[in-house]
Amino acid sequence: MVQATKDFFIAWLSIFKGGPKYYLWLAFLACLMGVGVYAYIGQAEHGLIMTAMRDQVSWGFYISNFTFLVGVAAAAVLLVIPAYVHNHQPIKKIVLFGELMAITAIIMCILFIMTDLGQPLRVWHILPPPIGMMHWPTSLLAWDVLVLNGYFILNVIIAFYVMYKYAHGEHYEMKSFIGFLIYLSIPAAISIHTVTAFLYNAAFSRPFWSASILAPRFIASALCSGPALMLLVFQVLRKVTDVEIEDKAIFRVATLITYAMAVNLFFLLAEVFGSFYPGTAESVNIHYLFFGIDGQTNLVKYIWTAMACNVTAFVLILNPKTREKFATLNVALVLMIVGIYLEKGMGLVIPGFTPDVLGEIYQYTPTATELLVSLGVWATGAMIYTFLVKFAIPIHTGKLRFASGEHAVTAKRAVIDDVTSEKV
Amino acid sequence: MGKKLLAIIALLLLPLSFAFADEHSNKMTLMKGVPAQKFIMPRPPIDKGLWPCSQCHKGMPPGPKRKLTMMHQDIVLKHMPGGWCYDCHNPTDRDKLRLFTGESVSFDQSYLVCGQCHGFIFQEWKHGLHGKRVGMWNGVKTYYQCINCHWPHEPHFKPIVPWPAPIKPADIKYGN
Amino acid sequence: MKKTKDERRALKVNRRTLLKGTLAAAAATMLPLNRADASFSDFWESFFQKHFREMTEAEKEKVVARLEKEYEEKYKIAIKVGIEPAMPGVLFGYGLDLSRCIGCRTCEYACVAENNQSIDPQIHWIQVLRFKKEDPKFPDFEHAEKYYNAALAPQPGYFYMPIQCQQCENPACTRACPTQATWKEPDGIVTIDYNWCIGCRYCMAACPYGARHFNWGEPHRAPQDINPNTHYLGNRPRYRGVVEKCTFCIQRSRKGRYTACVEACPVGARKFGNLLDPNSEIRYMIANKRVFRLKEDLNTSPKFFYFFDFGGTR
Repeated sequence: MVQATKDFFIAWLSIFKGGPKYYLWLAFLACLMGVGVYAYIGQAEHGLIMTAMRDQVSWGFYISNFTFLVGVAAAAVLLVIPAYVHNHQPIKKIVLFGELMAITAIIMCILFIMTDLGQPLRVWHILPPPIGMMHWPTSLLAWDVLVLNGYFILNVIIAFYVMYKYAHGEHYEMKSFIGFLIYLSIPAAISIHTVTAFLYNAAFSRPFWSASILAPRFIASALCSGPALMLLVFQVLRKVTDVEIEDKAIFRVATLITYAMAVNLFFLLAEVFGSFYPGTAESVNIHYLFFGIDGQTNLVKYIWTAMACNVTAFVLILNPKTREKFATLNVALVLMIVGIYLEKGMGLVIPGFTPDVLGEIYQYTPTATELLVSLGVWATGAMIYTFLVKFAIPIHTGKLRFASGEHAVTAKRAVIDDVTSEKV
Repeated sequence: MGKKLLAIIALLLLPLSFAFADEHSNKMTLMKGVPAQKFIMPRPPIDKGLWPCSQCHKGMPPGPKRKLTMMHQDIVLKHMPGGWCYDCHNPTDRDKLRLFTGESVSFDQSYLVCGQCHGFIFQEWKHGLHGKRVGMWNGVKTYYQCINCHWPHEPHFKPIVPWPAPIKPADIKYGN
Repeated sequence: MKKTKDERRALKVNRRTLLKGTLAAAAATMLPLNRADASFSDFWESFFQKHFREMTEAEKEKVVARLEKEYEEKYKIAIKVGIEPAMPGVLFGYGLDLSRCIGCRTCEYACVAENNQSIDPQIHWIQVLRFKKEDPKFPDFEHAEKYYNAALAPQPGYFYMPIQCQQCENPACTRACPTQATWKEPDGIVTIDYNWCIGCRYCMAACPYGARHFNWGEPHRAPQDINPNTHYLGNRPRYRGVVEKCTFCIQRSRKGRYTACVEACPVGARKFGNLLDPNSEIRYMIANKRVFRLKEDLNTSPKFFYFFDFGGTR
């Protein structure tokens, strides 16, 4: 057991081995990360004044990205349910990559929160006593820390346990503790996005966020954008690696996305109607979002782009002819990701603050620092996912198997080298 | 605390009020609820050279006409239409003010004169609601007098130059 | 290929020092103190400083001594950091007479002079809003103007409304804070421990009154302009990356003094006192005037009362 665990970790060295294209990809990501780090150093040196956030709009692009990525993390549930609950084989084969994406997305979420903090070194104050002074259960942010970390740990355990078992040529038992954890990960996925929505709901001074449909809408949109991102990544994966992903699995997930998108658009309609029709003072934020106020129309371009993207994507993915053709499906997926990224990010966070609680309109547009730091975080996420997948693929395809027994580590090294050099 | 003190003062002053019963009742009524003297801001030192009035008016009989003469011609009375000097200034004791009843009031107690007409605001001032107070919220405080803010001849509060507007968020930048 | 034990150890040590160096460099840029000459023990104590409410009196004294030393090194003037606790039987309340306010912003700047806010980048705890009388639209906040400029105040045809922390009895901000860095004191003042705040700004999203302000950059203020009489929970110099707010001049009010804004107001529109004292002017105001509190529907129950003493501003 000890030896097997040791082997498993040694196998991680494989993530540094690959073809020239692999290194090129890593170098590219490293460059982007470097740009992000450079921008972040500027921010760490001078403070968040380097961003466009001010007292009037106190959260901006970082929290927008965070919100979107919580959705991506939660979206793994769209693979987990058919894979484990319905035992749908084509999806079960790829669910691992979905879980790895959830892990990556949560790491990115945490990075975005860290970049947004004014005093990042004091982040340990949020831990429960006796170390910190976690304000649980009163503060929704404390809840968010709890559920995000819980979901992260769950997925790490599940994904690594499954990989460990595969690597040793074994299968895991759904009736064992891991089955319990897998089932637990379903409500946990819902909980992270629900709590994030409640985080906004709880700020009751911002009428734009107090719609009770916010949490359901968060889930619905997450079940579109997250799986859409996964489907695109899967197609790349099967092109550049030897992992096999069936068309059936992709189309099945696409069908599920269609349902989610229909629900999402319906919820959107419900929210827009409920906010617009009464025309009360509280409608002012959504009015600013969709039409601007007194010529101040900063967000109008984002939201209408998002609307156009979402509706076009829905039309494309609703029609079976366009859904089951990769060219049009991918257009739909990209549009969906763009649409929901804009709508859940800039279209959710910024109008909550504009006009602010005292009616002031400060037109927020992210600065270069914010864009570059965010780019760096996305590159870091891509790098982490690359490593995770790089490690998982040989296990998934069966190329990397540790025979139980006393194989020397060096022998396994050879196997790893062999496996990883094959493709990419 | 304050109320007790006032009660004691009132009690001490009570025999006095009997002594001047019919003549001075108005002043006593006005004084009711006025905090002890030491809390009250002195009148502003604006009357340098003009005060005490007796330096010129000593032995001078009150003018027979309702007309501003000599050095008082610059006075514009934008207060009490139809009113004139001796509504408030004591014609016999020049360094004093007077109430409508003829009672003499020192210049340091000018609020009693104001309080005759502006009873409601006077009441509010006694409670600390009208006007300004500085010092201790739970102890010795200074009351600004009516004339610290409202010059009796033109009592309307004069507009003042406001402080500059705060900096707009878009103009708050690193290295500004 | 095989490295000897010593080589490996050397590598390890190197790596460790590198890590240490990086961490120290990161800490130097990100820590609030930013002092190269800070002794390690001070650095350590500052980093691991406890939450203010978790400290014993002795610990508070020690922290205050360290802070005073730190401030003296930074600003070259002696700054006194007080830790006066709430007085028993006191609940602070505030009254603002909207019929008297002339919109001159004297309070706004008196507050800055008293409370050591950053001058650059500018932080003001009081915001004075100007509303147009007879506006065909209901005078809601969207039609208010904060950045008005005028030769004289008041301007005809306008009325004014200063807004600062409303010191809610049921504050939205303290509920939001994930680290309990902000809380309501027994005398009703909502305070922040600037050494515990992580700068997440959730409280700013939660506050319905725009009363919380963030140190977006390093706060700058000329040493000669610093008010040396401070309180740990109030106007002591702040750090970059933390939230701050009006504390009813805690350094003054806890010593029985009126707040700076009350004493500055040229028209006496600002009232302050103990809500639990039935003889206080603040209680007289509540009992006898038409009062309202801002955004009452949110149930935050502010202890900041707006009232009308008079028919209107002239």
